[in-house]
Amino acid sequence: MAIIERPTDSPALAGVSGAVVTPSSSYGYFRRPVQTTGWKSWAFTVDHKKIGIMYGVVAMAFFFVGGFEALLIRAQLAQADGTILSADKYNQMFTMHATTMVFLFVMPMAAAFANYMMPLQIGARDVAFPRLNALSLWTFVFGGIFINSSWILGGAADGGWFMYAPNSSVPFSPTNGVDFWVLGLLMTGVASQIGAVNLIVTALNMRAPGMKLMRMPIFTWMALVVQFLLLFAIPIITVALFLLLFQRNFGATFFSVADGADPLLWQHLFWLFGHPEVYILVLPAFGIISEVLPTFSRKPLFGYPFVVFSGAAIGLVGFGVWAHHMFAAGLGPISVAVFSVATMAIAVPTGVKIINWTLTMWGGKLWFSTAMLFAIGLIVQFTIGGLSGVTHAVAPSDTQQTDTYYIVAHFHYVIFGGAVLGLFSGIYYWWPKVFGKMLSERWGRWNFWLMIIGMNLTFGPMHIIGLQGQPRRMYVWTENRAGEGLFNIGFWNLISSIGSLVLGIGAVLFLVNVWVSRKNPPAPADPWDARSLEWITTSPPKEHNFDRIPEIHTLDEFFHRKYEDVGEDGQHDYRKVRSGEEVIALEESNAEAHIHLPSPSYWPLVLSIGMLILAYGVIYSTLLLAAGAAVTVLALFGWALEPPTADDSEFEPPSDGGQPSKELEHV
Amino acid sequence: MSETTTEPPVRPEPDTILPAGYDDGQDHIGLVHHTTTGLSNTKLAMWLFLGSECLLFGGLISTYMLYRNRQGDAIGPDQLWDIPFTSATSFVLLMSSLTMVLAVSAAKRKDDGRTHLWLTVTALLGGLFLAGQVYEFTVFYREGLGYTTSLFSSSFYTLTGFHGVHVAAGIIMLMSLVGMLIKGRVAGDKAETVEMVGLYWHFVDVVWIVIFTLVYLIPA
Repeated sequence: MAIIERPTDSPALAGVSGAVVTPSSSYGYFRRPVQTTGWKSWAFTVDHKKIGIMYGVVAMAFFFVGGFEALLIRAQLAQADGTILSADKYNQMFTMHATTMVFLFVMPMAAAFANYMMPLQIGARDVAFPRLNALSLWTFVFGGIFINSSWILGGAADGGWFMYAPNSSVPFSPTNGVDFWVLGLLMTGVASQIGAVNLIVTALNMRAPGMKLMRMPIFTWMALVVQFLLLFAIPIITVALFLLLFQRNFGATFFSVADGADPLLWQHLFWLFGHPEVYILVLPAFGIISEVLPTFSRKPLFGYPFVVFSGAAIGLVGFGVWAHHMFAAGLGPISVAVFSVATMAIAVPTGVKIINWTLTMWGGKLWFSTAMLFAIGLIVQFTIGGLSGVTHAVAPSDTQQTDTYYIVAHFHYVIFGGAVLGLFSGIYYWWPKVFGKMLSERWGRWNFWLMIIGMNLTFGPMHIIGLQGQPRRMYVWTENRAGEGLFNIGFWNLISSIGSLVLGIGAVLFLVNVWVSRKNPPAPADPWDARSLEWITTSPPKEHNFDRIPEIHTLDEFFHRKYEDVGEDGQHDYRKVRSGEEVIALEESNAEAHIHLPSPSYWPLVLSIGMLILAYGVIYSTLLLAAGAAVTVLALFGWALEPPTADDSEFEPPSDGGQPSKELEHV
Repeated sequence: MSETTTEPPVRPEPDTILPAGYDDGQDHIGLVHHTTTGLSNTKLAMWLFLGSECLLFGGLISTYMLYRNRQGDAIGPDQLWDIPFTSATSFVLLMSSLTMVLAVSAAKRKDDGRTHLWLTVTALLGGLFLAGQVYEFTVFYREGLGYTTSLFSSSFYTLTGFHGVHVAAGIIMLMSLVGMLIKGRVAGDKAETVEMVGLYWHFVDVVWIVIFTLVYLIPA
């Protein structure tokens, strides 16, 4: 067994290291946290697995917040002249629904998977910068809380998630809601930006021996592409957010058309970020189901290089199609034509992926587990959304559809049908890996079917409602313009609202599943007969991930350690020669000793709190601003003066023979 | 399918090649490690960060270029720019890149005295540039160019202000680095830490060359 050595704060040793402040004394001016249990082991952790779990839990909480907001919207629209929400509250509701789902659920949930799985999939013990990883997490958490605190502090933002300026400037949105939104997104932007740098370095630099780029598991590949998108898209929205902040608070006129500003500046800046953002949302889900489909089809991923390069191509072209969100803005025929063609072109690499997934299943021995059902659900639902997407790549058709419910239908099919189903697939697939227990398949099936039926009932009718002309973001519709017969939007609005209830119940069943599965017996080490590297360790993985850093010989390393090719004459015939447990046991028997993991730290949390105070300071008072700045500066210097890992002398001395007390019993 | 052999075949001895990014699983920052790309983690991270900074300044510069002539009846660039003065401060900033290079070179030679000296000179030159910018802003303000005077003024102050904040952050980094070097509190490879601050400093310099050319030199 591997021997983990930990820094200690035992008085004897502290006396030794604290007596003289020498250059080698690494505790900085402050002690480091050393707890391995209790809440402190979570709050100050730099372990990518704990950080991943916290990302996931917080994101899931925001999923239900955003879902509740969606239910209120659908309740308002269930009948003509709804009275549940006022016009003002309705505006806040759809703004915060989208903001929450995009920035506080899908992005961080994808970050949860990337954080947890990427180091495991490339054979690393942690990410490249463990403290920055913790900073990403806490900044996101506080950013999300900050945005949502606007509900009780005078009302939330009400300009839509795209927050078109000048509609979002003070005369049209006089509450602090937009300021909360701007500052909160700056915070989550910081989180994404740091996470992007961290995970790119991790994927490029920390791979196990033999793990060439084209042997990387496909989820890690898609996560890598997403981090590049974040790296280059986040700064653009940062500029837009700063300009809006200065306009609202310092009297600048960047977006005031009356003062000669360009009416399209915000739209260009926003969608230059906003379109890559669409792929930021959906590519992690593509990566997840590209792991799930081969596993449950018992076949390798069909055309792995094509899936990799089409993912990269989507990322690249994703930066060149932003103006298709602005076809109705009057860009001129040449721009419209160029962006129209580029938009149709991006359907090609997406189509390549769908064909690859389908051919992965073709001829496979399909195992319809819940994870597989969600993955297949993604293929079907995303294809529907992709097809309606192509219809508004055609600019003349788009001018008909823009700002109607048809668009709402489209992007819910791609974001919910694409991103969210994929994320749920990942949750069911990796649950035993992360928590060492299986989720109930029976409840999982109910979870899946109610969600899939619910989503089609909710978003399907929106195609009809939209083509019948019901505009987006209107807080009521009236009976006398509802239309006749089959195309009566009243009927379809009601269906849609009932569907949203079904969808909501389906989502809650996930929580029920977690609850009923809490006492399940430990899951087998390789419950799905999986293929990739994260399974070459125990479930849940030990704190140091791998007893020995695995050596990589091929794509689907785990599969090839379990199976041997007994085929003849160029025919492949894989036979299982050893179980996953045996593969893992073999690794454990060659464990490395004296593993020093990165040490926990207070500073990421303190720095995030500093940023939170700063953000409130911008809105409320200079005094608060100064306090926030002080905490931030303190944290920055505390951080800089503290080495990433405690010095060797501060580690508990290694014991001979590997005392059980040093071995990790749990994560 | 689940046919299992009783004894797992002998695997090769554990590899002696160090895994990527690690010596023995500790200290991912600062020390030179065997990484997959051969580039240290910090250096790669700094390059990525600077890559994204390009987009930040790209957005700000685009906004300025869009609004550079939109001052209405208010005072415009032609009445404001003092090219010789700004050229002088720009020259100062460029020279600070030279001293930064000297600092990195001294750090690589482990010449502590020169490293501290050149880092301090770099910080001072950066400070001189910032002082020039503050002076310039004061003059412009007296001549009637407030932050909200026109679209031109807002976008000008925002762009150059963001750059100024970057320079200020660089100065703080330089001075903290000198302090930490003297106190011996830099963890890991000192020369590389100096080089990282240098990369950032050169980037801020290069951005200024672009800003100076686009904002001041090209006639409005």
